[in-house]
Amino acid sequence: MTALAPLQAESPRGNNSTRPSGTPTADSRPVRRSKVKRGLEPWLYLAPAFIVLIALLGYPIFQLINVSLYDYRQAQVSGKAPLRFTGLENYQKLFADPQFWTVLGNTVMFAAACVVLTLLVGSTLAVLATRLRPWVRSTLFIVSLGAWATPAVTGSAVWLFLFDPTLGLVNKTLVSIGLTQFAGHSWTYDKWSGFGLVASEVVWCSFPFVLVTVYAGIQAISTEVIEAARIDGATMPRIARSIMLPMLRPIVIVVTIQSIIWNFKIFSQIYIMTNGGGIAGQNLVLNVYGYQQAFAASLYGLGSALGVIMTALLMAITLVYLRILKRTGEAL
Amino acid sequence: MKIARTAAAVALAALALTSCAPPTSDNAVSSSDEQTGTVRVWLFSEVNQDPKSAVVKEAVAEFEAAHSGAKIDVQYIPVDSRAERFKAAFNDPSSAPDVAEFGNTDLASYVASGGLANVTEDIKAWDEARDLDSKILATTEIDGKNYGVPWFVGVRALYYRTDLLQQLGLEVPKTLADVETVARAVRTANPGMLGISVGGAAQFSAMPYLWANGGSIATREGDTFVSGLDSTESREGVAAYTRLLKDDICPAQTCAEFGGNASVQQFIAGKSAMTIGGDFNYKAVAASAVKDKFAVVAVPGKTAGSVAPAFAGGNNLGVFNSSTHRTLAADFVKLLASKKYQQKMFDSMGNLPTFSDVQKDVAASNAQVAPFIQTLGAGTNFVPVTESWSTIDAQGVFTGMYQKIVTGKADVNTATSEAADAMNKAFGAK
Repeated sequence: MTALAPLQAESPRGNNSTRPSGTPTADSRPVRRSKVKRGLEPWLYLAPAFIVLIALLGYPIFQLINVSLYDYRQAQVSGKAPLRFTGLENYQKLFADPQFWTVLGNTVMFAAACVVLTLLVGSTLAVLATRLRPWVRSTLFIVSLGAWATPAVTGSAVWLFLFDPTLGLVNKTLVSIGLTQFAGHSWTYDKWSGFGLVASEVVWCSFPFVLVTVYAGIQAISTEVIEAARIDGATMPRIARSIMLPMLRPIVIVVTIQSIIWNFKIFSQIYIMTNGGGIAGQNLVLNVYGYQQAFAASLYGLGSALGVIMTALLMAITLVYLRILKRTGEAL
Repeated sequence: MKIARTAAAVALAALALTSCAPPTSDNAVSSSDEQTGTVRVWLFSEVNQDPKSAVVKEAVAEFEAAHSGAKIDVQYIPVDSRAERFKAAFNDPSSAPDVAEFGNTDLASYVASGGLANVTEDIKAWDEARDLDSKILATTEIDGKNYGVPWFVGVRALYYRTDLLQQLGLEVPKTLADVETVARAVRTANPGMLGISVGGAAQFSAMPYLWANGGSIATREGDTFVSGLDSTESREGVAAYTRLLKDDICPAQTCAEFGGNASVQQFIAGKSAMTIGGDFNYKAVAASAVKDKFAVVAVPGKTAGSVAPAFAGGNNLGVFNSSTHRTLAADFVKLLASKKYQQKMFDSMGNLPTFSDVQKDVAASNAQVAPFIQTLGAGTNFVPVTESWSTIDAQGVFTGMYQKIVTGKADVNTATSEAADAMNKAFGAK
């Protein structure tokens, strides 16, 4: 939403400037008026979008920032204790808390791993799909759409069943092929094994998006271009590197930004699969940590500060990407 | 677009500067006390709902017959989403009920939110109240005022497999040290079996160990609480409990993540020789495959013949501050929590009564509740009655301490000191 809004906004103004201005008369005043009108017109077109954005995005973000500057707990909300403006105290508390930094580190690493794996699996399968026989391709698509359509909560529960220490199919299979050390093995006991388990579920339910998008991108490359390159004597790897990848870049970038945002904000999978953050909170990520602080512990002010930090981080990532895009002359 | 963004930023900054404080609700005590109308009641829904509904229906009929013009509207709310429901009710008094059932560990935070009415006078004026178990009544008390009436209690005791102990010629544990030896002996003889299923997240199984060793979670000092987890006695208790979560009894790999329910499930599944389970688990165990092969005793203390202080769990009935039917609401609480209806709740649900005399009655006629009643009689203990406890609980400070020790992330001294610090920070954050 944040990434696309300014770009959408620009187009009406662009169209508008090419339109002939108001009724031409000898008098200069109507001309000026029409200039004013022209200045207002784009805003008028934008108004519906702006109103929706302000109501659905601006106001909540304003309240989020606002709440993060107060000592705002359940007692304050229900009017039992006085509301106290504490400025940046909530942020100071967070920054001084080693757990926050651990959680932030977890989040960044976990999100990065998920993004890379999702893109890798999705793109590989997309390339594969272009070379498969139609019925195999259809099967691949139907199966992955099934994974995509599965709600996060259901998917997590199913994966938990599969990886259950005693009753899970995975452990049973491993034991049956002779790996007896997996009898009763808990996949969430170790921090990294826990993250790995959740990451595999996340990749499983998000690679189809990459698959479908990249596949569509590849299909959209006109065969003439490839044909021309081939006639010029380009090898297949060369075509992939110099023709297909550059043409797919906008798509890959959109998919990457989306993945970063999604994976940074992961909640359900961690919450369900590691039972709210794992043993002694070892699998906490920012969103679950924020939920734990804001809603479970009723520290709304502190939780909001976490929310602000997350929003700022995501905005920063998105802006950096948009900047890179602009510099290379490939606006979305 | 740049202008728009700047304008938006300026507008936001301006709004913030004009100190648009975040919204708060006025949760003042309602001034009206209507004698007729509908009294809204929230009770927890149960897995097995019918017996509860039947008893409540009877109480409602009796109440409505005695109070003409009054109607009781009972809603059953899920336990899992209670936090959201109650917070919403405190934030918007118009959607709040008049009477509600709630867990006794939630009481302090509800009171801090200004949601619950002080019912001290109602309890004083109620003749049945003098038979209420004083230790249980104390869990509803903050600064000398009561904010709820104990409806039923839940305590945990030691479940053990009679057949396994007999096979190995082991005696029923008489001390906490015995529990450890017996558990180890059973697992040595049956490597596929957990000696005792306890959990890193089963805080109420861990508490008796802490208290039996003379330790404490926190004690009140003036206005605030001070954590006692880093005392020598507490450390002994923590160490004793975490010794159970070792490979030779209940391997951390398996047990570190167990909560109370998961531990009992292992016993029900026949995978453990002992467990610390509640009276509320009895029915499930008695209906399981091990039904003819188990018995229950009070969790023993440090010396033979003593009982480890158990955590006095349970639910209260309370009146909402915002209720516009204060008297009717209190009357309904007194009826539903009366000896008569507690007896009925015991008969249909197995909920342990909170009146000492009713407890004795039910123990005399129902052998299976005797160990639990004995545990209650030996004196129970409770978590610190302060709103900070729900923060501490939500942050997993107490269970995290045990989990860090059993997974080898910290030793007993470090983990207890860390937990004590975290708790003191939460207690101080008023």
